[in-house]
Amino acid sequence: MARQMTGAEIVLKALADQGVEYIFGYPGGAVLPIYDEIFQQEKIKHILVRQEGGALHAAEGYARSTGKVGVALVTSGPGATNAVTGLTDALLDSIPVVCLTGQVPTHLIGNDAFQECDTVGITRPCTKHNWLVKNVNDLARTLHEAFQIARSGRPGPVVVDIPKDVQFGTGNYVGPSNIVHKTYKPKVKPDQGPVRQAVELIASAKKPIFYTGGGVINSGPKASQLLRELVRLTGYPITSTLMGLGAYPGSDKQWLGMLGMHGTYEANMAMHDCDVMVAVGARFDDRITGRLDAFSPGSKKIHIDIDPSSINKNVQVDIPVVGDVAYVLEDMLRTWKSLAPQVDKAALKSWWKEIDGWRAKRSLAYKASKDVIMPQYACQRLYELTKDRDTYITTEVGQHQMWAAQFYHFDEPNRWMTSGGLGTMGYGLPAAIGAQLAHPKSLVIDIAGDASILMNIQECSTAVQFNLPVKVFILNNEYMGMVRQWQQLLHGNRLSHSYTESLPDFVKLAEAYGWKGMRCDHPSDLDDAIREMIAFKGPVLFDCRVAKLANCFPMIPSGKAHNEMLLGEEVSDEEVGRAIGKEGKVLV
Amino acid sequence: MTTPNAQTHYSGPAVRQDAVSRTLSVLVDNEPGVLARVIGLFTARGYNIDSLTVTETEHEKHLSRITIVTRGTPSVIQQIKHQLERMVPVHRVHDLTVEGKAVERELALVKVAGKGDKRIEALRLAEIFRAQVIDTSIEHFVFEITGKPSKIETFINIMTELGLVEVSRSGIAAIGRGPQGM
Repeated sequence: MARQMTGAEIVLKALADQGVEYIFGYPGGAVLPIYDEIFQQEKIKHILVRQEGGALHAAEGYARSTGKVGVALVTSGPGATNAVTGLTDALLDSIPVVCLTGQVPTHLIGNDAFQECDTVGITRPCTKHNWLVKNVNDLARTLHEAFQIARSGRPGPVVVDIPKDVQFGTGNYVGPSNIVHKTYKPKVKPDQGPVRQAVELIASAKKPIFYTGGGVINSGPKASQLLRELVRLTGYPITSTLMGLGAYPGSDKQWLGMLGMHGTYEANMAMHDCDVMVAVGARFDDRITGRLDAFSPGSKKIHIDIDPSSINKNVQVDIPVVGDVAYVLEDMLRTWKSLAPQVDKAALKSWWKEIDGWRAKRSLAYKASKDVIMPQYACQRLYELTKDRDTYITTEVGQHQMWAAQFYHFDEPNRWMTSGGLGTMGYGLPAAIGAQLAHPKSLVIDIAGDASILMNIQECSTAVQFNLPVKVFILNNEYMGMVRQWQQLLHGNRLSHSYTESLPDFVKLAEAYGWKGMRCDHPSDLDDAIREMIAFKGPVLFDCRVAKLANCFPMIPSGKAHNEMLLGEEVSDEEVGRAIGKEGKVLV
Repeated sequence: MTTPNAQTHYSGPAVRQDAVSRTLSVLVDNEPGVLARVIGLFTARGYNIDSLTVTETEHEKHLSRITIVTRGTPSVIQQIKHQLERMVPVHRVHDLTVEGKAVERELALVKVAGKGDKRIEALRLAEIFRAQVIDTSIEHFVFEITGKPSKIETFINIMTELGLVEVSRSGIAAIGRGPQGM
């Protein structure tokens, strides 16, 4: 039976029926009726952020660390436009987020009313789908549909724009079970033909590699489990994109480390030289492929993806398998077991030998220092001192993000939250807040840079208000490190505006927000300082002063292929600095 | 082959293929913003639109049919199809060019002004093209012509000589041959 309610009541009822625990939001004129409803109920907890951008990233962090849908609530106009970055971020990384936006009353739409903007127009290209609800009787159905679309298929962000008069109006409520969508039916189960072909090709490989991505994480914990089973069954090497870290244990011997621009030498060389590539929930992004026409030239490629538009988009593949990773891997495992193929053990052995040769290059090696904290060393120590705990890591964007990906090893999925596709500086702190809410007893650390952290520093207040003991570990080199590195490598070391002058005193800043502030600038003090940070019950801003000019290596240089990596240890900071000019430009 | 560019990490354009013209028929829910979604996809991803028509074709089901003539390499066309198919309000996408010779027709309204011989010649040619006169005065005609785009193109070219003032074209409507629907 349909029940009569106000639009605002319908919103809260629909959220509750969808199992929502937290919404991240910021009030304003056009959402006041919904906020009034929030005030009068206790089921759903509202987390007040300090800027709408923070609400979206917090919802992403919550979603990514739990596998559930993250929910944000913002007002019309600037509330909605501030949400755009987070929506785009969620779209590129396929994170399920439902964003509710207030809108001016329907009769004022198009009149340039106060705090009016064309929210559905602005967010159309940065959402999976969006709706403007003009009739209160459509509201409940639309909200349930929004959740369904956000979480199913290739997940993504959706926006439901709700005019204020619709929030006040009275209409019928329908529950989630009655919703069947007319057109939206993503294909999750694969066809058996390609599955069998894929298994046969995998079995016949002499130099195979698994290349996995964020799709494995999105598919859920079962997908990671099945992936591990398949990889161990075959004995083949595996690498992953930035977004896929944790699907396969980073401490395992078949694990080659991350691939791509700042991936390991062995992962990239193996990708280049393989004869069969199994792409699982990965999308051949340009940071992965490097030079496209030299990308893994000799291999047959299998591509498992839930989104048919990802297939053959950048790289032509031989066997596309459309479906949800978990379903596909389940079918592949079953087919593998029933066919019981004989893998070429001798070929595999010599392939591993080749890989071990590349591993021996120790591409992540860096010049250790007794006097200054090397950023890589800081990440290593953070990993060693937290790996046995229940830890979630988020990052901002830049060098620190790559070092975290290289030196922090994840053994479980959903433990690593980072802005991969969009590369949004300012993502890490709000994402940590979202993750900490979902896992109040866990240790949540945002590995940050000194520039990125300032982009959403206001969220420190949110952490204090809701007693969230997040730790922010800033690798402070006083530069926008990645920008500086590229200027050094590509633009003659002309460091145009990449020095972050007038940085705040992070310890005092922390204290001003009610956080604990810490500073460490010597390698010998680092372990104790990290322990102190972990032991502290509340939020900590840790200003880790690191070597200023360290570069992130290894690196696939501009316009180069996987087998033309620039290794770090061969080039010291000073040498890179001196290599600038004509020779440096030729080098990269 | 692409030349590596030392100034950027973005890869160069993929190997060149020849562009082909394709007519796509897209069945969508006639809901607000659906055309903006489809057009936005084309602009955002840099696809071409040579012709586009849209009207609600099944009123009781609120279904609209969008006919798009686009141009691109076969892999781009494949991408366009997949990108359209994954949009929430899209029911089906059919590549009419590939699925067998489709029937394509366009309507144009052509205004021609002139006196004397030119005027007589315009009327005579209109008859050959089976164009109808739908408005006239002693110094102008408005012709209505339907047919394949190439026929309309030819007619317009000829009329240029005879006092063409302006043209309004419907864009291409297309439908597959044979008894089946899409």
